[in-house]
Amino acid sequence: MTQVKLSVNGKEMSAEVEGRTLLVEVLRDKLGLTGTHVGCDTSQCGACTVHVNGRSMKSCSVLALDVAGAEVTTIEGMANPDGSLSVIQAAFKEHHGLQCGFCTPGMVMTAAALLKENPKPSEAEVRAYLEGNICRCTGYHNIVKAILAASGQDVAAIAAE
Amino acid sequence: MYNFDFTRPSSIKDAVAAIGAGGQALSGGQTLIPTMKARLAMPETLVSLTGIQEMKGICTNDAGQICIGAATTHAEVAREVAKSYPALSDLAGHIGDPAVRNRGTIGGSLANNDPSACYPSAVLGSGAIVKTNAREIAADDFFQGMFTTALEEGEIITEVKFPVPQKANYQKFVQPASRFALVGVFVAKFADGVRVAVTGASGEGVFRWTEAEAALSKDFSAAALDGVAAPSADGMISDLHGTGAYRAHLVKVMTARAVAAA
Repeated sequence: MTQVKLSVNGKEMSAEVEGRTLLVEVLRDKLGLTGTHVGCDTSQCGACTVHVNGRSMKSCSVLALDVAGAEVTTIEGMANPDGSLSVIQAAFKEHHGLQCGFCTPGMVMTAAALLKENPKPSEAEVRAYLEGNICRCTGYHNIVKAILAASGQDVAAIAAE
Repeated sequence: MYNFDFTRPSSIKDAVAAIGAGGQALSGGQTLIPTMKARLAMPETLVSLTGIQEMKGICTNDAGQICIGAATTHAEVAREVAKSYPALSDLAGHIGDPAVRNRGTIGGSLANNDPSACYPSAVLGSGAIVKTNAREIAADDFFQGMFTTALEEGEIITEVKFPVPQKANYQKFVQPASRFALVGVFVAKFADGVRVAVTGASGEGVFRWTEAEAALSKDFSAAALDGVAAPSADGMISDLHGTGAYRAHLVKVMTARAVAAA
């Protein structure tokens, strides 16, 4: 076992890990941050998406030791400091961007990565950016709408589908 | 996933030593880690290349070639060469999905030489040079069949050098479920001729479609392909996503689209 140190949501944390321990296993099993979900465990569904040094990654396909020392942001780090929902989270709630909620942590993290790179994306750009995040409930329309709304764009004209 | 020892050297020299001692190189891990989870690979030691600064980043050398460190991610390539080599940027920016592009690397993709990967077509189509810890290998010699390259045991890719063509374009017909290339064609027009590299189609991995190259070198237009027969369906991958004949047909269609868009 080796000790790995990470800065998670702004807090210095460490855990004992094996070579094979995945980043998502450290987050969920060692640090108790179970907001990050494991859906497929084959790096396709995106439920485990977190930010590593500011970039979105699938934490089920990253070894913990390979990102030792990194700054990691998870869904638990997305709310405002006073505990209220962030703009993106509030938009998902407002526009019904979730049903069962399993994919939502990954969707929110991916949306945050998109809006950091591209603050006013088009609908097509939002859909393309979500290519690695699978939702089996919503049909994506309201997720896309929520992200467009979070970017400050008027979504009133987009019908609920 | 079976357990393994993990090491993350900070220099090419130390990495080569660790791999020479029996370690398996790990770059972004977007193929290797899922493969290990499926227990299709079970190395005893993994040698991560992600901590080697000298293998990261992009520059232009005196010969005008774009030099990309092997541990540079797809997302970085997409951002950094958007102006200097738009076709390469576009290809890199459409590999996998955003999270995969933030982790996967050009060196890892080339060393794996998946027959449906995008990067091999850009490297072969550009006539790029694959630099390793030991030597420089021309793209025409590097790719040697499905999942097979000229890399020797213990040899790692450190950099890829791309000559910049006058015009280029990559067209990918995606397999709708996996988003890998069912067929992808990279076309590059240089002063001394045109190169056409095809991925996704052949059971032998990426290849140059020389008949199209000859026609396009005389006349760089989609119409120039009218008189060229699609490549033979023999040896093309045939699976539930498409027959060999369908892939062969797509090669010609995607080549014409790439020429038109270049």
